[in-house]
Amino acid sequence: MIRYALGRLTSLIISLFVASLVIFAVIEVIPGDPAAFMLGVNARPDTIAALRAEMGLDQSLVTRYFDWVTGLLRGDFGQSWTYKTPVAELIADRIWVSLPLASYALILSTLIAFPAGIYAASRRGGPGDITIMGATQLGVAIPNFWFAMILVLIFAINLRWFSAGGFPGWSDPLLAIKSLTLPAIALALPQAAILARVMRSSLLDMLGEDFIRTARAKGLSRRQALWRHAVRNALIPVLTIIGLQFSFLLAGGIIIEQVFFLPGLGRLIFQSISARDLIVVESVVMLLVFTVIIVNFAVDLAYAVVDPRLRAKT
Amino acid sequence: MSILRISDLSLRIGPVDILRDVNLSMNHGQIVAITGESGSGKSMTALSVMGLLPRGAVAEGQIMLDGVDILQTPEPDLCRMRGNAMGMVFQEPMTALNPVQTIGAQVAETILIHEDVTRAAAHARAAEMLERVGLKVAPSRYPHELSGGQRQRVVIAMAIALRPKLLIADEPTTALDVTTQARILDLLQELVREFDMGMLLITHDLAVVADVADQIVVMQKGRVVEAGPTQDLLANMQHPYTRALFEASSHQVQLPARSQTALLLMVDQVARDYPLPRKGLLGPRPNFRALHDISFQIGHGERVGLVGESGCGKSTLTRAILGLEDVQAGQIRLDDAPVFAGKRPNLAVRRKMQVVFQDPYSSFNPRHRVERLITEPFHLLDDPPIGLARDAAITKALQDVGLSRSDAGKYIHEFSGGQRQRIAIARALIIEPELIIFDEAVSALDVSVRAQVLDLIADLCRKRPLAYLFISHDLSVVRTVTDRVMVMQAGRIVEQGATEDVFTDPQHPYTQTLIAAVPQLPELSHATDPV
Amino acid sequence: MSRNLIIGAVLSLFFLVLAALSFVWTPYDIEALDIPNKLHGPGGANPLGTDHFGRDILSMIMMGARTSIAVALVAVSIGMALGIPLGLLAAARHGSLLDELIMRGNDLVFAFPSLVIAILITAVFGASAVNAIIAIGIFNIPVFARLTRGAALPLWERDFILAARVCGKSAARISVEHILPNITNLMIVQGTIQFSLGILAEAALSYIGLGAQPPTASWGRMLADAQTLVSIAPHTALVPGFAILLMVLGLNLLGDGLRDWLDPRIRVARV
Repeated sequence: MIRYALGRLTSLIISLFVASLVIFAVIEVIPGDPAAFMLGVNARPDTIAALRAEMGLDQSLVTRYFDWVTGLLRGDFGQSWTYKTPVAELIADRIWVSLPLASYALILSTLIAFPAGIYAASRRGGPGDITIMGATQLGVAIPNFWFAMILVLIFAINLRWFSAGGFPGWSDPLLAIKSLTLPAIALALPQAAILARVMRSSLLDMLGEDFIRTARAKGLSRRQALWRHAVRNALIPVLTIIGLQFSFLLAGGIIIEQVFFLPGLGRLIFQSISARDLIVVESVVMLLVFTVIIVNFAVDLAYAVVDPRLRAKT
Repeated sequence: MSILRISDLSLRIGPVDILRDVNLSMNHGQIVAITGESGSGKSMTALSVMGLLPRGAVAEGQIMLDGVDILQTPEPDLCRMRGNAMGMVFQEPMTALNPVQTIGAQVAETILIHEDVTRAAAHARAAEMLERVGLKVAPSRYPHELSGGQRQRVVIAMAIALRPKLLIADEPTTALDVTTQARILDLLQELVREFDMGMLLITHDLAVVADVADQIVVMQKGRVVEAGPTQDLLANMQHPYTRALFEASSHQVQLPARSQTALLLMVDQVARDYPLPRKGLLGPRPNFRALHDISFQIGHGERVGLVGESGCGKSTLTRAILGLEDVQAGQIRLDDAPVFAGKRPNLAVRRKMQVVFQDPYSSFNPRHRVERLITEPFHLLDDPPIGLARDAAITKALQDVGLSRSDAGKYIHEFSGGQRQRIAIARALIIEPELIIFDEAVSALDVSVRAQVLDLIADLCRKRPLAYLFISHDLSVVRTVTDRVMVMQAGRIVEQGATEDVFTDPQHPYTQTLIAAVPQLPELSHATDPV
Repeated sequence: MSRNLIIGAVLSLFFLVLAALSFVWTPYDIEALDIPNKLHGPGGANPLGTDHFGRDILSMIMMGARTSIAVALVAVSIGMALGIPLGLLAAARHGSLLDELIMRGNDLVFAFPSLVIAILITAVFGASAVNAIIAIGIFNIPVFARLTRGAALPLWERDFILAARVCGKSAARISVEHILPNITNLMIVQGTIQFSLGILAEAALSYIGLGAQPPTASWGRMLADAQTLVSIAPHTALVPGFAILLMVLGLNLLGDGLRDWLDPRIRVARV
């Protein structure tokens, strides 16, 4: 188990390293002179020179990359050009919207998908299965941002149960959660549809396995065999999808934040793109990728908890 | 008193008749064997008794177990009976266990589901039961850490944990090596006597049947064609099918005498290593030596057998001879040229060898027609036949193996298992190689089809001198189709010699164990027709 | 032929025809603004109503279908053209350093959701339909590479591959002759699913302004424009939304139907 974890940790570190190289290359190498790019075509040479000095562009690429990465490790993300504040502060303010939103959506999606998928598999071919599968077919096809607009139209504008957008801050946690509820539903339902389909088909695969027949021969009913033997085995492919979905929820959150005017990372990133504040874009993208890689690492560890064969493997 | 009585059992799945009027009965402490070829309905009979029929199956008749009619019992009551009044052991020990639960927990589950005992008590009894079935590993192990034979013992422990009245064993040893098979059969027989159970043994292996059964039921196409006490039935077979089945099981072929003696294949002190995973993160990669110091020769027109149990290195040796992988020591030469020529194969050597595999279902690309399948070896020729010459070659190859020209345009799924093996032989023969490797080529076939394919091989030997290496775990088959035999154990050849000599007077202890473990078919009461 | 297949084919074909038709004819010119005629509800001269500039929504849907289909189709083609050979190569060299590199590379791309790739590209090159294609296309490469490798590996274990090797065929030749024909169905089915995901991704990117730029019509763009009008003119949001929904639903049904028809054992990956 420890060797397995160490192995995954090694590939985690390598992934992070390569990802940081890619992001650094795209932001700081491809534009030519990032300072000139950030200031636009009409900038005065002395302003550009000032920014170059501030960004450390007079140093070599290797030194700049090294400074950037060690800065990241120390929590120093550099200084935003437009906001004139440390990027770390900008992110710290906004991450408390984006991360809870993605987590909220993931929890919702799992809570909906697991029972739906298990129920559909256990009633294969029955009316319940057909209804759930039909609903997931729709869920997979709905663009989440449009779904969000419909939710606003119904629940905020017509019924007035929720506010149409904005975020009141965490001083009142209940109110904060309430204002994240519609966005989380909009994010979660399409993902739940996918997850329920994966859960169902994975379970149906497992129900065809020999060990289910063995369990039935022991005297377990169909349902007992499903719950005691099929579900845990079916979790292995489901976990993979959950891991992938987190990255989609995080990225999808960027879009949903637009619909609900939430002050999250998405807003920050779009404002930075239009202001050509590359340092902020670079840091936020790195943070997103970092989170995705960490979540995938956690999923790898979860595999090992579920599957003893992986624990033994090197 | 009979514990199981099946009366007039008929079974349909959709429009297809699976079983017709099956009758049998069984007493305490008795072993009743149902035998027959694939599609005879023997496994479906077993599943009917368990009440585990596939969806859409409609059964009629009566299955009385200890006074209860299984076919009339509602599902919840059947659940209470399964594992309790009747237990079942399946064919595939590798997949029959839940990979994510410990073996102890899986055995304990049988107890927990039926009896109101504490978890700890159930686990203690499970451990006892695992010990009783001769398993010497801790109950906290997972299935993937166990060998096939060990896993089968776990499945048996699960099935008998509550001392059921009836144990159903569906091909319990088919997936196992012959020495493991002997031990599992011994265990099952012991348990039947000790627990005074009835055992319904489903097997295609007539030698096993003759060895262990008290009663034999022979099935063909869903019907019982003959049944009776083992000794009586063996001594006096009434039905022609029974007779044909037993004859095919001990089928002998007559090989023509060898006409040439020149050396064809030379394997000299060959060793083959596989790298194992690293010990530490950066430690050295240890090697696993799959072949040790292998030396033998095959002459032109010589028929050589290779026997050994799974994992002994047979497949590794096959790959090395075919020149698909390099060896770490020694050399393999065919007609005095090395068989392995680095990345780019030496076609001149390759065209002298072909291979026929075990599994007729995975041997062919399902998307190609037969003519394309069997002409694949033409790739080895510098100047492959085209047009009419190609057509003639296809026709001849198909006719040589008993198929017709019209089969060339078909896809492989249109053929039965036996026909597919014929096509595989046609593919191997089309470029007239010097050496053919038969890699368990008849192991997956029913006995009657196997007999036909063996006849075909003997026939081909008569048409032209053919040298082959016949690899099989089935000793009786090797005995009849080879001049010389080699016995392999753990990557070494422990014995080699003329086939009859090795079989009648084995020298190495392993060979002796192997031959002793093979269940023997009794001499039939009448002479086998000469071929 | 299942019901899925027929409904899916009809829906997909409907949008394909709309898109094709837009090259020769649309009811109105979508570049001509007609402010006095703005925000008309459906019916009358504009069957699907008009937007805040008075443009005909039906015409915009037709032009938008063209953008959606073009972006998704090219992106899926990029994914297939690069992903399938990579997957075949990784499977043929299973366990080698090359295989490891390809698979780790795939994992790395998976760490960048297509939206993040789009953000990176836009930050440097600006927003455009081409950049949306590149972002979605890059993301499709590992999808097809993984799927191909996953389907090819069990095939490489089959005896018929060994027979081909015995006949002296090279790994490349075997990949083309034996592996590829046996994974074609899977690729067709997955391609359909990726096509539908591409439509969704294009709509999302246009919605946040990282995709097609005005005056190019795009469904996502229409939704972005409709956002502030949703309470006074719901049809401006409903119509493009349903267009996306029906197109994606059609492609998904088509994919499922094709799977059932070609080979029910096919497993598609959907993320």
